[in-house]
Amino acid sequence: MIRLRLRYYALLREQAGLGEELVETAAGDAARLYDELAARHGFKLGREQLRVAVNSEFSDWTRPLADGDEVVFIPPVAGG
Amino acid sequence: MSAFEFSRHPLDPARLAAALADPAAGGYVSFEGWVRNENEGREVRRLDYEAFEELAVKEGARIVAEAVERFGVRGARCVHRIGELGLGELAVWVGVASGHRAEAFDACRYIIDEVKHRVPIWKKEHYLDGDSGWVNCERCAEAAHGHHHPHGG
Repeated sequence: MIRLRLRYYALLREQAGLGEELVETAAGDAARLYDELAARHGFKLGREQLRVAVNSEFSDWTRPLADGDEVVFIPPVAGG
Repeated sequence: MSAFEFSRHPLDPARLAAALADPAAGGYVSFEGWVRNENEGREVRRLDYEAFEELAVKEGARIVAEAVERFGVRGARCVHRIGELGLGELAVWVGVASGHRAEAFDACRYIIDEVKHRVPIWKKEHYLDGDSGWVNCERCAEAAHGHHHPHGG
């Protein structure tokens, strides 16, 4: 198990009902982590609609996660 | 002065332009994005902007650097508002100073287009009818249930 810090923004923050949380997980990568969280929080966005950031940089879904990583799932953006 | 910044307070375009002043620049082009009173047929009364700031400032600065490199302009910068904005407020400003006008227009267009697509900023619209929604996101969630179609933006 690894411990991760998660932060939520926009629609995901509202659906999770919180802005951040610490989780212990056996998910080895961001893809499996999202599936786990989607089931727990009822996220309706599919993974193909999101990007993921690890430690404040864009990341691949399959990059292995390490203890202490901070993970952010990024819903479709709308700046400007 | 960073190439890309957020502001929680109203922007002053004249001051922002003055910071790009350069004796070798023969042209200055800016873009101002304003809060509009409608979107896709719905009457909007205000907007909330939210950002993943640590990543957004990095990605925004990369976009500005790309524009400088690609179009050879002398200076460029983008500032985006965050928080609650009313109708008509200035939400995003892009300024480019350049030796000649053509590349200033091109770089300015590049920056605002890329910022809209790449920088983790979200916009929640509050409608006159009391409803609200995250732009580009609510319909995505519906699409995830039924058929797929590409994001707006």
